[in-house]
Amino acid sequence: MLTIHTKLISAMITQSLKDHPIETCGIIAGLAGSNLPLRLIPMRNVAQSENFFMFDPQQQLQVWKEMSARHEEPVVIYHSHTGSEAYPSRSDVELAAEPQAHYVIIPTCSPHKEEIRSFRIVDQMVIEERVQIVRQYQPELEFQMMVA
Amino acid sequence: MSITVIIPTILRPLTHQQKHIDMEGSRVSEIIDHMDQQYPGIKEKLVANGNAHRFINIYVNDNDIRFQDGLATSLRDGDVLTILPAVAGG
Repeated sequence: MLTIHTKLISAMITQSLKDHPIETCGIIAGLAGSNLPLRLIPMRNVAQSENFFMFDPQQQLQVWKEMSARHEEPVVIYHSHTGSEAYPSRSDVELAAEPQAHYVIIPTCSPHKEEIRSFRIVDQMVIEERVQIVRQYQPELEFQMMVA
Repeated sequence: MSITVIIPTILRPLTHQQKHIDMEGSRVSEIIDHMDQQYPGIKEKLVANGNAHRFINIYVNDNDIRFQDGLATSLRDGDVLTILPAVAGG
């Protein structure tokens, strides 16, 4: 199950709608092993496509180094689907390389609009999970939360 | 020439869970060959048809080897070679 703050959900939806019809993407970092998303980092989609995304490799290196220095990991990896439902595409599954991450998909087209779904993708197997949206984290964690 | 290689989570099962390993080599391709001798199977995850796999990012220090000489990129003692699977999909 993914437990996630409502402000982070809103930020992902806002970013997805702003970039529509181009797919948007990003991560939410959290302390390694905590399973709690805290710091939302929008990533540049170098593909600039309506049906594909790829993180800018240079930005990815910087963000991954920063996470490593802060003992964080990508708790959530998100992207939008601008013309299909929120289910991992074949390339989403083939290229998934973070077995500990929650893969969140934000659909921006009707009739699925804004029906966010979350999946684990391990060894090319997809398992959908429940998304529990909460209005607050523990106070010290709420303080650490960053919404871009 | 000693090079530190940073291993991503997904490849750590091949490196006995080591996050970094020290390897000898003067080009990226040599490092990958030497890694494959010690940790068989790693090369096929990184190289396809003689080039770095399209969805594997390899950096020497902060520089993506796509903008240098690819797998022929030369290395200096103390360089850090980082491997990161691209985050991509459809």
